[in-house]
Amino acid sequence: MEWINAIVQGVLLGGLYGLFAAGLSLIFGVMRLVNIAHGDLIVLAAYLALVVTQALGIGPLPSLLLVVPLMAVIGYGLQRLLLNRALGDDLLPPLLVTFGLSVIIQNGLLEVFSADSRRLQAGAIETAALPLGGGLAIGVLPLLQFGVAVAAIAGLQLLSWRTPLGRAFRATADDPEVARLMGLDNRHVFALAMALSLAVVALAGVFLAVRTNFDPAIGPARLIFGFEAVIIGGLGSLWGTLAGGVLLGVAQSIGAQIDPGWQILAGHLLFLLVLAVRPEGLFPRLRG
Amino acid sequence: MPEAPLLELRALDAFYGDFQALFGISMAVAPGQVAAVIGANGAGKSTLLKTIAGLIAAPSRDAVVFGGEPIGGLPAHGVVGRGIALVPEGRRLFSSLSVEENLLIGGRTRRPGPWSLEAVYGFFPVLAERRHTPATALSGGQQQMVAIGRALMSNPRLLLCDEISLGLAPVIVRDIYARLPALAAQGTAMVIVEQDVSQALAAADHVFCLREGRVVLEDTARALTREAVAAAYFGV
Repeated sequence: MEWINAIVQGVLLGGLYGLFAAGLSLIFGVMRLVNIAHGDLIVLAAYLALVVTQALGIGPLPSLLLVVPLMAVIGYGLQRLLLNRALGDDLLPPLLVTFGLSVIIQNGLLEVFSADSRRLQAGAIETAALPLGGGLAIGVLPLLQFGVAVAAIAGLQLLSWRTPLGRAFRATADDPEVARLMGLDNRHVFALAMALSLAVVALAGVFLAVRTNFDPAIGPARLIFGFEAVIIGGLGSLWGTLAGGVLLGVAQSIGAQIDPGWQILAGHLLFLLVLAVRPEGLFPRLRG
Repeated sequence: MPEAPLLELRALDAFYGDFQALFGISMAVAPGQVAAVIGANGAGKSTLLKTIAGLIAAPSRDAVVFGGEPIGGLPAHGVVGRGIALVPEGRRLFSSLSVEENLLIGGRTRRPGPWSLEAVYGFFPVLAERRHTPATALSGGQQQMVAIGRALMSNPRLLLCDEISLGLAPVIVRDIYARLPALAAQGTAMVIVEQDVSQALAAADHVFCLREGRVVLEDTARALTREAVAAAYFGV
């Protein structure tokens, strides 16, 4: 039963990793940008939620109503003012710019909030659980987090394959030059994609902040979990990204079950195994 | 009094970085006219179309005048809204989009006019049957039809066609060229870049021959002789 419990908890944790990875996958898919600052933006969203909850006296979940649009606006501005200038045929400049951005965000947060660990309190929902019988129970918050991850990825998938904006994303990803001939302003399309990515990042940041302690330095590890989920799931596939997140979560959970020190290592080992055996990922480019 | 030109190029230069690809190109295309641009590889034909379409920035606003409005240097997404659409060399369909999605995105910046999804399907009936197929899974000829249909969806006043015969069987090329007069009859002007000189001469009212980025011959298609074209084309 302990093992079943470990797998269930791993699946639910995987929803969070799926959220980490979805924005990363979207941005790479649309503009071939590897956003090294992605993890730090997740942490930025967590701090934004901290400020909003403290200023307005509301809980972390209602704070999403403000944090999600705020992060989307930050994403749009970031792309228009900074990242669009770095994009081009060469992958290196955006890599360096987002690395620099990562350093700036970490140090900015350190300056404003100090290195102290913080956590968002969600109230009774944190300890609420649904008993499944046989000593097994699922936490309501992890379940909600998983449901939000599934809903967010389903939403992104629907947007990508069923809306004019999704068509614009895919066309721009296929051939940015010809997309311009269709009347698409690539700078605007890329900025919308980044806005969407950071809206998902906001969800990830708030759930991260409720689930665990956070401080300005934890971004890079979240980036690695996101990368691993994307690679395990397969590039260009949003459902694959969620599946990658779930597999990563389960691997970590099983690792922790064997020995608490093996939790993170088990996830990395799964990642290396997938890279060695199936480098294109397990579910590359599933169509909607 | 001659009709005012729809497109006028005034001493147009174009550059790739420091490399100058076009030198003082001047030409005029009237509404409904079909102009052919011929020339050897590297003569600057595709550069010319890309510059008109806004993919390569013209050095000055006045160098490209369309419908009386200077549009040189406008970005491509601004040019298509004025009524200029380009069918790019090699078709360059969006591979992750179906036939219908390719057409729909072509109509994203629509001007009022006769072209709609149904009108394109009426013009190229085979596309209606394959509307949900990934565009790049079609045959070369059908892909070219999608590329032309995608450009028409914006209801252009000027259609720029870059090497539409490239890589296609002669029978398919004849089929596609046979449809072009119907477009011109609707008032859509065309600039056709073509390496197949006889095809270009047959389709066009007016011909411009480019060599090394310069117009070296210009006349009506009817007036041009094979010898004059060969001399201009090869510089002999």
